[in-house]
Amino acid sequence: MIAGVLGVVLCVVVLVVSGLVALGLTRKPQVAGAVAASGVVLGALLGLWPTVRVLAGGASSEASASWSLPGGTLAVGLDPLTAFFLLPMLVLGAVAAVYGREYLLLFADTRRLGFPFFGFNLLIASMVMVVLARNAVLFLVAWETMAIAAALLVSFEHDRPEALRAGWVYLVVAHLGAMCLFVLFLLFKASAGSFDFAAFAQTPPVGSAAVAVAVLALVGFGSKAGFVPLHVWLPEAHAAAPSHVSAILSGVLLKVGFYGLLRVFQLLGTRADWWGPALVALGISSALVAIVVALYQRDFKRALAYSSIENVGVIAVGLGVSFWAGSRGHPRVSALALAGALMHVWNHAVMKGGMFLVAGSVLHGTGTRDLEQLGGLSRRMPVTAVAMTVGVLALSALPPLNGFVSEWLLYLSLLRLGADGAGPLPLLLVGMLALVAALAALAFVRLYGVVLLGQPRSDVARHAHESSRWMTVPMLVLAGLCVAMAVFPGFVLAALDGVRAQVGGPALFPADQLSLGRLGAFNLALWAVVLLGGRLFLGLVVRRPVTEDDTWGCGYPEPTARMQYGARSFSELASEQVLPAMLGPRVTRVKPVGLFPGAARFSADDRDPLTRRWYEPAFARVAGWLASLAWVQRGVLTAYLTYVFAAVLAALLWVSLRSGGAP
Amino acid sequence: MGFASTLLVIVLLLNFFMLGASRVRAVINGSAMQGVVLGLLAVSVHAHLDLEIVLIALVAGLVKGLLIPRMLMKAMRGGAIRREVEPLVGFMPSLLLCAVTTGGALVFSSTLPLAPQHAGSLLVPTSLATVLAGFLLLITRRKAITQVVGYLVLENGIYVMGLMLLEAMPFLVEVGVLLDLFVAIFVMGIIINHINREFSSLDTSRLTALREE
Repeated sequence: MIAGVLGVVLCVVVLVVSGLVALGLTRKPQVAGAVAASGVVLGALLGLWPTVRVLAGGASSEASASWSLPGGTLAVGLDPLTAFFLLPMLVLGAVAAVYGREYLLLFADTRRLGFPFFGFNLLIASMVMVVLARNAVLFLVAWETMAIAAALLVSFEHDRPEALRAGWVYLVVAHLGAMCLFVLFLLFKASAGSFDFAAFAQTPPVGSAAVAVAVLALVGFGSKAGFVPLHVWLPEAHAAAPSHVSAILSGVLLKVGFYGLLRVFQLLGTRADWWGPALVALGISSALVAIVVALYQRDFKRALAYSSIENVGVIAVGLGVSFWAGSRGHPRVSALALAGALMHVWNHAVMKGGMFLVAGSVLHGTGTRDLEQLGGLSRRMPVTAVAMTVGVLALSALPPLNGFVSEWLLYLSLLRLGADGAGPLPLLLVGMLALVAALAALAFVRLYGVVLLGQPRSDVARHAHESSRWMTVPMLVLAGLCVAMAVFPGFVLAALDGVRAQVGGPALFPADQLSLGRLGAFNLALWAVVLLGGRLFLGLVVRRPVTEDDTWGCGYPEPTARMQYGARSFSELASEQVLPAMLGPRVTRVKPVGLFPGAARFSADDRDPLTRRWYEPAFARVAGWLASLAWVQRGVLTAYLTYVFAAVLAALLWVSLRSGGAP
Repeated sequence: MGFASTLLVIVLLLNFFMLGASRVRAVINGSAMQGVVLGLLAVSVHAHLDLEIVLIALVAGLVKGLLIPRMLMKAMRGGAIRREVEPLVGFMPSLLLCAVTTGGALVFSSTLPLAPQHAGSLLVPTSLATVLAGFLLLITRRKAITQVVGYLVLENGIYVMGLMLLEAMPFLVEVGVLLDLFVAIFVMGIIINHINREFSSLDTSRLTALREE
């Protein structure tokens, strides 16, 4: 095994080569899938060894080679920050690749699969390259490759208008973000004189340039991470992409945005006081808005996507609190919040990755993502149900699962900050985070109940079938990781120590480390109690004779599946009475009136509220302005040639006027 | 240099001739003559002849003076067009425009910081004037064939500019440019054929269906 950064570079090479081979084998999808997936697994194994070594405290390593591109050098490096983001990429990438091979083969009769296999490998490879890059040009090349690969994978089902639209929106947002990054790196270049990160770190921009860099990073990387209001690409893309790609997008790609933020903050060196509050404000508003909207989604994967935005918000809050507390002299709080935020990055990768695989399995078994058509799947898809149970508990941040551990650290930090006399703001944040957690729990209870419990709401759900082992095992692996990370948080924390030092955060106090260890033991005990208790309960129930009868039907003589709570009715109380109407779906209804009511109708438009209320009107207005320029488009060749002619003449005139007529 | 200047003046006059002619055959013949003159020009501009220059002159003369005009004539007969009936800009105004652009080119090139051996020559103004004349042909004519000739004339202008650099430019580049031109005209010939078959007319002002509504 090659240690150091070259091992990871080799991993990238393996990924790209196997992807290209798969692309060449388009006509043999079975073989292409096997080649591509085994390429990812092999690449991940190659990359894991150096990554884990660096996380375990090994030395960082760098390598560089010259490149013909102006300003570019092929400078790569592997330090704790890179390794921290690399690990979930490799693990989730390998698991999702195995799952994706089976998942995509479902489409083998109707679509050409060479590109999706290649695109997935390219996506992973480019993400790995983004975190490896130590040169701005190389970084941007990898960044754009990542965006293009992801956009093409999102529009995989390109004959569906919503998939095309999702890919299009993603491309637009990705390029707006990339534009910010171009300016950002040019600002770095202006003060450092080179595009190498090493030079950036030596002479970072100061004064207003530093402020501009930080703002550009928040916008550019924030749009990738999915901060509200730059999140609009996210639900569309996650819903439209093939499920294993959604898992990667949500589990890893969003986190690449955080990598960029942390890297830029590290390169800037000195910390500005406003970063913390800015991150906290962005994070908490993202989390609140997203989790409310998640509650209304009718599409399984869209609901998960909004929950991703919520989790991204929670991570941002953690980072922000850590910076904030650090600059105000609360090292203990800062350490707790940073540990919580970083741990949540990993936790979310595992649990949301797993949940998207579950959604893919449901989609595979029933053919629909529409919650109103699912139901009663726990009997029909038992293994998927187990994975979903774990994922839902983890995402609701409930013990004994890993989501709880990281959020608990966050609460602990805020409470301590409040107790240290930092004013009422931290306590207010605790309240808001608790609100987010409560709404998340509500959203996931809804998902769980509507998908797995009750009676099937349609024929497709009635005839659902469990996925094959190639798909169930990856889900179970991720569910198992969720449990493991909850039981052994100490290991996770030890792996984070290098990153903590690199980001410049203080070390966790021994007392807190100890309590974290106790939390792991508590989780373990809870698991033991739950499993043993469950076993006992089952034993008792099984012994009792079972009678089969209709469910209690509220006095109706013939209960049907349509009488149960649906996805919409579950969230109705929240949407109609409690939560702000601005975020709610646009509802059109014709109520039944009178003694002999006519036809009644109800429909809810659950598109993103910000897209509907801000972006669409704004873009429509701009399109209206531009329509007044439509006369330029004559459609006549001669007209266009005249434009060219006029431009050439104008250029000549300009040159001759500028040279002042002097020979 | 006297001979070269005469040739350059002929090139300029041919520009006017093509812009003023209404018969398509005359326009094509004009471009053919221009091609031959350009071939001669390549030989006469340079004091010492070597194989490369002669070869380029020969190839350019053949392609521009013989091969392309023949193809265009064939396309013309296929499309049964003889005259440019209603140019978008009349013959007289386009001649005037050509006079203006030629004058402008002369004035403009006197302002350019040229290398001393080109400073007094007509090469640069002729080149610019020919490019602009090609543009004018492209813009003011309706028939696809005349527009192809316009493109050809435009390229001729660029070729004249290239003559200054013949010593600096490798032979291969020059031949590559000629090949490009030939392929472009070839493709245009095919397109003309298709337009003709589809619309039974070669009037490009009808081709507006791709406009965004």
